[in-house]
Amino acid sequence: MFSFHGGIHPPENKLTTRTKRIENAPIPHRVFIPFSQHTGIPSKPIVKVGDLVKVGTKIGDAGGRVSVPTHATISGKVTEIKEYPHPALKERTLTCVIESDGQDIWDEQIKRRNIQDFDQQTLINIIAEAGIVGLGGAAFPTHIKLSPPKEKPIETLIVNGCECEPYLTADHRLMLEYSTEIIEGAKLIAKIINPKRIVIVIEDNKSDAIAKMREAITDFLIPITVLPIKTRYPQGAEKQLIKAVLGVEVPSGGLPMDVKTLVQNVQTCYAVYEAVNFNKPLVEKVITVSGEVKEPKNLKVRIGTPIIDLINFCGGYLTQPAKVILGGPMMGLAQYDDELPIIKGTSGILVFTDSKIEDESACIRCGRCIKVCPMNLMPCEINSFVRLKKFDKAKSYNVLDCIECGCCAYVCPANIRLVHAFKFAKNEIWAKQ
Amino acid sequence: MKKLVVSTSPHIKSGITVKKIMWAVVIALMPALFGSIYYFGLRSLLLVGLSVVTAVGSEALAQKFFGRKITITDGSAVITGILLAFNLPPGVPLWMPVVGSAFAIIIAKQFFGGLGYNFVNPALAGRAFLMISWPYFMTAKWLAPNSGYLAGFDATTQATPLTLLKNTLNIIKDPKTTAEELAFAQKIIANLNSLPVIKNLFFGNVGGCLGETSALLLLIGAIFLLVTRVIDYPIPVAYLGTVFLLSLVLPTKTNVLFQIFSGGLFLGAFFMATDYVTRPVTKLGQWIFGIGCGILTVIIRIWGGYPEGVSYSILFMNLTTPLLDRYTRPRVFGTKKAMRLDCYGK
Repeated sequence: MFSFHGGIHPPENKLTTRTKRIENAPIPHRVFIPFSQHTGIPSKPIVKVGDLVKVGTKIGDAGGRVSVPTHATISGKVTEIKEYPHPALKERTLTCVIESDGQDIWDEQIKRRNIQDFDQQTLINIIAEAGIVGLGGAAFPTHIKLSPPKEKPIETLIVNGCECEPYLTADHRLMLEYSTEIIEGAKLIAKIINPKRIVIVIEDNKSDAIAKMREAITDFLIPITVLPIKTRYPQGAEKQLIKAVLGVEVPSGGLPMDVKTLVQNVQTCYAVYEAVNFNKPLVEKVITVSGEVKEPKNLKVRIGTPIIDLINFCGGYLTQPAKVILGGPMMGLAQYDDELPIIKGTSGILVFTDSKIEDESACIRCGRCIKVCPMNLMPCEINSFVRLKKFDKAKSYNVLDCIECGCCAYVCPANIRLVHAFKFAKNEIWAKQ
Repeated sequence: MKKLVVSTSPHIKSGITVKKIMWAVVIALMPALFGSIYYFGLRSLLLVGLSVVTAVGSEALAQKFFGRKITITDGSAVITGILLAFNLPPGVPLWMPVVGSAFAIIIAKQFFGGLGYNFVNPALAGRAFLMISWPYFMTAKWLAPNSGYLAGFDATTQATPLTLLKNTLNIIKDPKTTAEELAFAQKIIANLNSLPVIKNLFFGNVGGCLGETSALLLLIGAIFLLVTRVIDYPIPVAYLGTVFLLSLVLPTKTNVLFQIFSGGLFLGAFFMATDYVTRPVTKLGQWIFGIGCGILTVIIRIWGGYPEGVSYSILFMNLTTPLLDRYTRPRVFGTKKAMRLDCYGK
């Protein structure tokens, strides 16, 4: 079975939601849509307070090349455009607040269309206009990823269906319920980048999804295969995934295209399918709500929906929550307020009631962090440099290669907050450059 | 608004803690402790008890004195106490484990910053301190196993097999040795290589330090630590493997099994060379560390002044740990070669 070096296998905790069909979450009364939900330049607002919008109405233009437009995700009235707290960024960011009219009227342009004669550039434009970003979590504008420089042709398109984070089952359900759409989406991406093969990679704990995706494969110009790989965290991390599938390493500081590869998440493929076939912008996505909620679910949610709305739809908190996390337990972001919105990069909501944070104790040099680091770093050594504020040394020990997967902190018997230290070190190093 | 906790990811933990690791090591040392009580009597328990109580007490006192958090429940001082006692001849006076333990914890451990910061294994430092300060007690107070001995100085003494070997070899080398003496010496050597002696070495029915004699009982504890992944295999394998190979090719005058099972080799290879704090953290570093320990042990045994070389070998290799860590960095994902010197050359 293909895999990568290092990593961990935390308890999966996926059983509560893996068999639950994707439900449509109720249309929220109010959405908070930040103009910055992607890596790159925020989009520029093109609506003003009081404007009426429909689902899919563009409310923000792309702010530059590495940027995507933003769309209304419910129909109603724009009530505020001001800075609000953001679930992933430190600073408050410009956010569009839309009050629902209760109608859920969709933009008339969103309907099935004939896509026969769309050429590559048209497809790229459609994807850019639809506001599609990498939905695995990084939220990098997809149209940029699909436009690699000419000297870096893509040979392999990897469709990432690993979903290696515990608790999350959204991608799993999507593969079961929308397998054809995902494959059609992958084919559209293949049309743009002309790879030699498409490999759909799924962890072997999702055998039903593996079977379903295999069934859904239809004849295409290039071979499409489903490759089951070992269930191991962080199998879905881009670099580890490529290593597992192709046996090559993306060079330090490089991108997958440096090894002629492009990785797209299954949700991104699905979004591309919808954008091209229905002219539908990215207004909703599938997430998992799990942990200490009454009824964990997989939900199709409108972007901008406040967390608390979705938790209430899942029956509410089981008890007083201690931690609300957007994303998985390994890399997700703990939120200080459950009124913050779901954004494009959100893959799940997790509620934990136990938030006891153990005190750090001294590093005993056990070396567990080194054994699990999928990037082959020496977390314990880097941490000791960071503590002494020796950022140059931290850099020479490749702290910038850290993918923040959290394996080291997960196994650390001394409870040292290694990821925290590395994020801090990276910021310090970048600030100097 | 609800009060929510915000912390950096990851939000789940494996559940491995320093405490669990340390107490696992304590458990792993128990078979050897029971063996020691069986072979050398309750005096073993007394010495270990005194050593542990002193270690824990000194840790608490030192931490209080330095204004550090008191961490005596983490089990690390208990391990040091047990290991220090395990490295003493069973006949030593009762104040020796007390002095040794106090030295180990206060000087070798807490003076350098406490757990995680000491550069040599505290128990071995304590032993080395006793060895150079009171060599008579440390090299002459051997007891014969099963001597039914509880307290006092009336027990049968018996040299350790390695001491016997060293002394005998010295007699053979001495030009003044008569032919009669020579023949007797040869007989002793032959006896040391005999199957019953090897068997006794394996089960622990020989003279030696408190906790080092039974290879079998130490092995049981070691397997527990290996299976629970508290310790890794490279150091013990490299250490024992090196001693094994070198004993095959070098003039030890004994067979390989004698060299492997005698002295503190098992105790050292599984429980002291594997001490996290003082061994390298990289896998390659650990292999080199283990091999180094093996080479030094054999050199000391054959050509050194001491009959046994395990503790000094490990102490010496402890000093190389920072260098080994620096020069054996693993190759970072996506890089051609490990960046080794660039941060030191500038």
